[in-house]
Amino acid sequence: MSAPAMPDLAGHFGRFGGRFVPEALVRALDELDAAYRAAKVDPEFQARFADLLVNYAGTPSLLYRAERLSAAVGAEILLKREDLNHTGAHKVRNVLGQALLAKKMGKPRVIAETGAGQHGVASATAAALLDLECVVYMGAVDTERQALNVARMRMLGATVVPVTNGSRTLKDALNEALRDWVASVDTTHYLLGTAAGPHPFPEIVRDFVGGIGTEAREQCLTGLGRLPDAVAACVGGGSNAIGIFHAFVPDETVRLYGFEAGGDGVATGRHAASITGGSTGVLHGARTFVLQDDDGQTLESHSISAGLDYPGVGPEHAWLHDTGRAAYEPVTDAEAMAAFQLLCRTEGIIPAIESAHALAGAARIVPALTAELGRAPTILVNLSGRGDKDVHTAGAYFGILDDVETIVPGENA
Amino acid sequence: MTIGDVFGKAKAEGRAVLVGCMPAGFPTVDASIASMRAMAESGCDVIEVELPYSDPVMDGPVIQKASDIALAAGVRTRDTLRIIEAVAGTGAAVVLMTYWNPIEKYGVDAFARDLAAAGATGMITPDLIPDEAGEWIAAADRYRIDRTFLVSPSSTDERIAMTVGQCRGFVYATALMGVTGARTSVSQAAPDLVARVRAVDPDMPVGVGLGVGNGAQAAEVAAFADGVIVGSALIRCVLDANDPAEGERRLRALSAELAEGVRGRP
Repeated sequence: MSAPAMPDLAGHFGRFGGRFVPEALVRALDELDAAYRAAKVDPEFQARFADLLVNYAGTPSLLYRAERLSAAVGAEILLKREDLNHTGAHKVRNVLGQALLAKKMGKPRVIAETGAGQHGVASATAAALLDLECVVYMGAVDTERQALNVARMRMLGATVVPVTNGSRTLKDALNEALRDWVASVDTTHYLLGTAAGPHPFPEIVRDFVGGIGTEAREQCLTGLGRLPDAVAACVGGGSNAIGIFHAFVPDETVRLYGFEAGGDGVATGRHAASITGGSTGVLHGARTFVLQDDDGQTLESHSISAGLDYPGVGPEHAWLHDTGRAAYEPVTDAEAMAAFQLLCRTEGIIPAIESAHALAGAARIVPALTAELGRAPTILVNLSGRGDKDVHTAGAYFGILDDVETIVPGENA
Repeated sequence: MTIGDVFGKAKAEGRAVLVGCMPAGFPTVDASIASMRAMAESGCDVIEVELPYSDPVMDGPVIQKASDIALAAGVRTRDTLRIIEAVAGTGAAVVLMTYWNPIEKYGVDAFARDLAAAGATGMITPDLIPDEAGEWIAAADRYRIDRTFLVSPSSTDERIAMTVGQCRGFVYATALMGVTGARTSVSQAAPDLVARVRAVDPDMPVGVGLGVGNGAQAAEVAAFADGVIVGSALIRCVLDANDPAEGERRLRALSAELAEGVRGRP
């Protein structure tokens, strides 16, 4: 089976994807598409991207055989250590690729949306490195919750714009970034943070983060002499998942599992599981699965993980779900936090809460896979990010925070 | 009256058409009907009803705020159809402006049928480009609804030709690169864009929107376009008023001023 020719030239993954955007953006999207096609076959661009990935971002990331976690869940668990990349997540791959594209297109300014701030920090990082002006849109609710990431972005030279309309969260930050872009396309590249949005973003982001999967596949073949039985990743917008899935899509023996944020449980309505708990719709430029009401108004999503707290999903995941090539299941906040704690205690690794969803899901599929294979399965889990940013959330969740407010330096000065 | 009739009549009178926009259900269903009737009585030739949507990426702060107020008050898609029926019933020409997802959720064919039954003659789709509009084009043909797509200063000549070819009634030319909202001056890109549309199809009426807020600007646009589309400035009359009576008074005054403007009398 050869790699599927997806998306088509207009950006459709089956019935999903495409471009549902104001006409004003079409030329910019066409220019981006053309620039990307050219960059794909430009040895100089590819060499520069590869150099930054290795010498700046610290990839290839390790493939780590987690012995104690494996023993705890009854399977061989391999962790793709994207948490060890510069800036602490897989996202650095995407921002470096897109910032290089912006340079190539001669655009001196990049804009980005961010939820908890991870993509904003990554964008600000790439912009500093490549001398680009950077403006980050962030929901006002999030700028308050994530003050440290706001400070990080500002240290890196970015301008952070709190978005006060709508629900004042990630989806509204995305709307505001699109509004900026409509007015600034001549000078500005929209550095979209996940494998979603209008064509060609889902394809570009997938390809820039695709090293996760090609590296892991190679590392499995070299280290184990075989492919894993399953690949597991968390899915919000879906960039880390598509990044690790893509190289394995043609490998029919490798099962692909995407774990969505189940929040309080899909049945409660308080979740961010767009595929398992949403329906087909159009949001932020593409047809995909969306959390929406009966009138097609977007619903607010809920997850303990800010990075998964988004009411849509990348169109390629919608298509992989439709075709049955990948399976998508929700993981609740409670399941994710149990897995978070398990990884901390068994391996000495504090994962991002996003990635903890993938760990919880991987543990869940072990019995069925064991029964099916007649042996303990080998599961490759994308440890997409580190948990430093989540220490406050997790500390509060587990009730292990002392009253730290009184000892913050300078607070009483 | 169809949109074509409205533009034909205005052309015969040597003036431009005034299109006034108001979100359905803002601030309530009944109040929005009253606003739209007041606009029609005071000189708006076409009432553009905007279906409130949670994620209006083409709209600036005024329409966002009005849409949020309408949604928070519980307006539903079926209310928008009811509002259209109430306004069209007074003889005003009504078009709907809507983002695409609510229509897809309703069912494209069913919506076109119900929109036609409510008395709207056209529909403007700010985030649906003809490239993705196969189902809508078929449904609009079936129920004889004029479909208006947008062209932008950034559109290539090829895209303008393709888009105008898919429009019926009129084409919406966005005067500037940006979102809706009144500006202090009319964009210099607008006359050029209108000329580019006319080069493709001299008979297709061109409405210009984005940034027009007063009679002088309406006159300026009317000098080179077939229609002047005003939204945020009208909505602001209601948004900024201390009470509904003041809102309606301001709405009527601005509509009348704009109507003078499209007649070249700023």
